[in-house]
Amino acid sequence: MSVSRNDWSLQRKGHIDQERHRDRVREAIRRNLGSIVSNESIILSDGRKTVRIPVRSLEEYRFRFDYRKKSHVGQGEGGSKIGDVIGRESQGEGPGRGPGAGAHPGVEYYDTEVEIDEIAKLIFEDLHLPYLEEKARQAVASRDLRFTEVRRSGVLPNLDKRRTVLENLKRRAMETGETKLGPIKKEDLRFRSWEEQVRHESNAVVIAMMDVSGSMGDFKKYIARSFYFWMVRFLRTKYNQVQIVFISHHTDAREVSEEQFFTQGESGGTVVSSAYRLALDIIRERFQPADWNVYPFHFSDGDNYYSDNDEAVRLAEELITTCNLFGYGEIGEEAGSNYRRSSGALLSIFHERLRGKDRFAGVRIDNKEDVYPALKTFFGRRGEEV
Amino acid sequence: MSDPERAVLEDAISEIWDKALGMGLDPYPMRFEIVPASVMYEIGSYSLPGRYSHWTFGKAYHKMKLMYDLGLSKIYEIVINTNPAYAFLLDGNSLVQNRMIVSHVLAHVDFFKNNAYFGKTNRRMLDEVSTHAEQIRQFEFRHGRHRVEALLDAVLSIQEHIDPYFFIKDVPEEAPSQRPERGFPSTVGRFDDLLTSEERKAASEEEHRQSDSKPAPAPEKDLVYYLAKNSPTLEPWEGEVIAMIHDEMEYFIPQMQTKIMNEGWASYWHSRIMRALDLPDEDFVEYAQLHSGVLAPRKGSLNPYYLGFKIFEEIERRWNEPTRVEQDRFGRAPGQGREKIFEVRELDSDISFLRNYLTRELVEDLDLYVFELKDEEEWVITEKTWEHVRDHLVADMTNFGHPYIEVASGDYQGNRELLLRHRHEGSDLDLEYARRTLEHVQRLWGRTVHLSTIADGEKTILSYDGKEHRPS
Repeated sequence: MSVSRNDWSLQRKGHIDQERHRDRVREAIRRNLGSIVSNESIILSDGRKTVRIPVRSLEEYRFRFDYRKKSHVGQGEGGSKIGDVIGRESQGEGPGRGPGAGAHPGVEYYDTEVEIDEIAKLIFEDLHLPYLEEKARQAVASRDLRFTEVRRSGVLPNLDKRRTVLENLKRRAMETGETKLGPIKKEDLRFRSWEEQVRHESNAVVIAMMDVSGSMGDFKKYIARSFYFWMVRFLRTKYNQVQIVFISHHTDAREVSEEQFFTQGESGGTVVSSAYRLALDIIRERFQPADWNVYPFHFSDGDNYYSDNDEAVRLAEELITTCNLFGYGEIGEEAGSNYRRSSGALLSIFHERLRGKDRFAGVRIDNKEDVYPALKTFFGRRGEEV
Repeated sequence: MSDPERAVLEDAISEIWDKALGMGLDPYPMRFEIVPASVMYEIGSYSLPGRYSHWTFGKAYHKMKLMYDLGLSKIYEIVINTNPAYAFLLDGNSLVQNRMIVSHVLAHVDFFKNNAYFGKTNRRMLDEVSTHAEQIRQFEFRHGRHRVEALLDAVLSIQEHIDPYFFIKDVPEEAPSQRPERGFPSTVGRFDDLLTSEERKAASEEEHRQSDSKPAPAPEKDLVYYLAKNSPTLEPWEGEVIAMIHDEMEYFIPQMQTKIMNEGWASYWHSRIMRALDLPDEDFVEYAQLHSGVLAPRKGSLNPYYLGFKIFEEIERRWNEPTRVEQDRFGRAPGQGREKIFEVRELDSDISFLRNYLTRELVEDLDLYVFELKDEEEWVITEKTWEHVRDHLVADMTNFGHPYIEVASGDYQGNRELLLRHRHEGSDLDLEYARRTLEHVQRLWGRTVHLSTIADGEKTILSYDGKEHRPS
């Protein structure tokens, strides 16, 4: 019999396998990005940092009994009688869920807490602003601080201990002939110091247009909203200098704030050209293509006022020639609904009349899972379209 | 823990050791190791130190760590069934806590050594699992982490379905040449590296040819063994991995079979030893609180410590003070309580322990009942009759609480498809889980797999061919 106490500090197996588990979670998220991208708890997360999202395939499947269909043995505190209710299903917590009764049968999702940033990272992995050009004249400098230098003076938190020790050794070697660490003097001290690094980035502006007419029901608005949610997030994380202009339109178009853009609902008909015209005006006044990379995106259900189509196509062509990329997303009816528009769909008109223009990207979105592919179509690498 | 503190602990342990031996306990020699919490829940999540890597352990580790960090649960001790036995004590336990824990684990080790169900247990399991871990690491290196992981995922989904009694299994006499050898194809042997790779390849191909040509005998309870031996698709190294998982499960199953007894036995003895230790009052109060915490009934479920503890005490009482009838009819002389509980700890498993010694008085005293879900919303007590409660409890122990699934045919429909049969004993399977598990089984078998069961009173066969489920 013996008692011992060893050094366990190098024991990291649990950590390593925990990392394997996290890999699995990440992998599951990646596989399910399509549905996660449009998951409401994220789109409506309102600034929260983490969300709980259901991730499949992390359950440890095995043959087991259906807990709810089985009777179990339990223990009371004395005096229990037949007919006593000891728990309710709706409380979520059935009685007797001790050992072996971990989860509800039938629940095939494993809820996991994920940081939105982590999801964003996965989504944005291969997205970028296409056809970005150097617009030298107005290039706005973005500043970055980097520790690149070592100085003899500075604040203590920036003390470079390794260099200080080296200096001490050097000095003492010269003075005493011995390379041994001795009392540290002021002249030994070395501090890390930073330098401002200026990076020149191209200016870019995104003009986000959204149809808010009466025919844009809740589902369609939600789709447009989740697309823009990620777009805005994507642009803000990847580019320092990206301006975003929000335009909502029905028969008239007007520039709105980000908040109004995402929350306001309106009604009325649809005149798409109004939005394009306003966009062109804004570009002309504030974002000269000589200085700016311009990316107009438009979401609509394509139910444009019939006689406006020609004008819309003409202005779209103008947008394409002035801008780096013009993206149009047409949102269909929610899956399961039988209603399909018979005519006048703008996307098919665009596809027909703007054929061959590689600065135009049009997508159709029929259900939530299509939002992710749409993002990839607009911001994916050209030539490797999904 | 400082050196003087350790010296005090060492003294305490030898005192407890002597008391325990004096009372008749017979443990293996023991090594005690003081470890920090992180190591404690690491060992806890792997069940044994040094096992192979898999994400499910990482998931368990993360959960335990979280519970510990939030102060929701704390593991005070872990004991490993080997010879010598290892006990891990949490750094920071108080001396009183350690006294109780040491008494407790001593009794566990006595149980491991003397209970019949552990008769075949490999007492050098730590060596074995670390060999497995190293081999699996090599396979990861050779075949890629993801292939190994997918294989482990599949095997672990059925790991409980092995036959713990295979060493007493009847082998059909009439066909000695076809006698299925117990033992795995190309299990890694200690001398395997003496073979050249060609020799090894030739040997494994030979085995493959044999298993391809003969129909696999069925029924077979040991799914893991059966798949390793008869799967038309597994490569030799995959068979080796499966054999390792099988080995490790064989080690764990006796512990699953004797959970209530083992915890009851350890609780019984820590209480007897602590009482005999002549502790100062305040220490005894601290101990009493700990003790009642461990044995506290859990609302709605069963605390194995408490149940086992009560049954052992009741056995001792009944054999110490037999009734007139018992004395007359069974010739039971008074004062044989101690002797009797030692006999029980040697011969019984949870199933026989409950069936033989859970009495009417205990069921009533412990307020045990049967409950079920009514109208999909309320969990209601439906049965209090003591025999029914006891029988229900015993039935729940069958196959260590897992559904009884066996291989019915390895050549189903004459097409080398695999048919598994669930022996329905009153409880339906979770069908969603069953389907997902079938996917794993299919990965191991390589051809279509089926599972016959009963769902809502109707005979049902679930099938999976690698792409689609039927009925979908």
